[in-house]
Amino acid sequence: MAKVPVRFTLNGRETALFVDGGANLLDVLRRGAGDLSPKYGCGQGTCGTCTVLVDGEAHLSCLTLAEIIEGRSVSTVSGLSNGPDLHALQTCFMENFAAQCGYCTSGMLMAAKALLDTNPNPTRDEVIEAISGNLCRCTGYEPIIDAILLAAERGQGNRSPSYGSAR
Amino acid sequence: MIAVETYASADQAATALHGDAVFLGGGTLIMRAVNYGDLKTERIVRSTDPAMKSISTSGERISIGAAATMSDVMLNPQLAFLAPVARSIGGPAVRNMATVGGNLFASHPYGDFAVALLALDGRVSVAGSGEEDLGAFLARRSSFSGVVTEVSIARPATGDFRYRKVSRIKPKGVSVMSLAAWLPRSGGRLSGARVAFGAMGNTPVRANGVERALEGANLDVSGIAEALRAVRTDLQPPDDPIASSWYRSEVAPVHLRRLLLDEEVS
Repeated sequence: MAKVPVRFTLNGRETALFVDGGANLLDVLRRGAGDLSPKYGCGQGTCGTCTVLVDGEAHLSCLTLAEIIEGRSVSTVSGLSNGPDLHALQTCFMENFAAQCGYCTSGMLMAAKALLDTNPNPTRDEVIEAISGNLCRCTGYEPIIDAILLAAERGQGNRSPSYGSAR
Repeated sequence: MIAVETYASADQAATALHGDAVFLGGGTLIMRAVNYGDLKTERIVRSTDPAMKSISTSGERISIGAAATMSDVMLNPQLAFLAPVARSIGGPAVRNMATVGGNLFASHPYGDFAVALLALDGRVSVAGSGEEDLGAFLARRSSFSGVVTEVSIARPATGDFRYRKVSRIKPKGVSVMSLAAWLPRSGGRLSGARVAFGAMGNTPVRANGVERALEGANLDVSGIAEALRAVRTDLQPPDDPIASSWYRSEVAPVHLRRLLLDEEVS
């Protein structure tokens, strides 16, 4: 069966790929576009580590049919940093030890970005709600919540000039 | 390999939905089956019909397009009474994808939104067919083949609709049970109350004995006493890794009392 052409914007860059029928967005990003930042966790929408933004909204890429992103905009963690300059959320995750094994981190960061893009000054409860679909088995969540609140306090749109060598 | 067919209208999609093809809504059910190799077909049918995304609150009844997402429901100020129900479905990413129509097909113990729709006298519209009672639809959903286009519900008076989801995990977890009640009153007494449970059967179900016991009753401790007794025998909850049938039956009266009396839970 013929592959299906899909064109979309990935982290601001026009992207065109041929995808298998029924392929999910996560596979297309990782195997087709070579963006390994979104992770495969459960494949059933439970863990949230595959979270990406589609037209600015958090979506689970493992449950997103790749063909429906035709003409849409996809953002992943690899688009957060600007070269060596990390996004404020990434810096705050580092400063708060909000990543241990790191497997959930890409999903956590994108869930947090979706929140702060629409609600720059969230309450603690709103942060908890925003990451309620993302599992972390290491940190106990508190450092992650603190990191997101700190990023909000600093203004999440500001990119940190520090930690350039830590990429 | 799977072939995905996209149609501009729900009617076209319904026509194409023959054989073992399945209809894809938000993807949270079908793509999960694809990922696990559980999909028993090589044809997925979907529709981009904008009418399936629409929400109409201007009529006597409220109509919600089957492709409206949980987030769409939460963002609609006319559906504020349903926002807590939608918020109880997964995290934000799931809510941006999961649709009202898809929730009708969520297997036990999921499908909490359908519980609310059932309590609110939900009626299902199917492409190329008429409207049917949601309870009857849920009873036959395992053999259903077609495209659900919208669900209509009654418009509850302020304070007449209640919903709770009981889970072992905070802030979000799978349901031990979910409960929804539409409690219209006439002369201060309940009249035509509808009470539905999720995770207490293979599909969301109404508690008919509870509803009979509430007819004409006052919404207070003594008025609901018979309903709390009735709920023990009204439902036959299944065992699953979340809770046993026995546990669900034992705690059902407690959660029903909290729901009906709108009690705070610390």
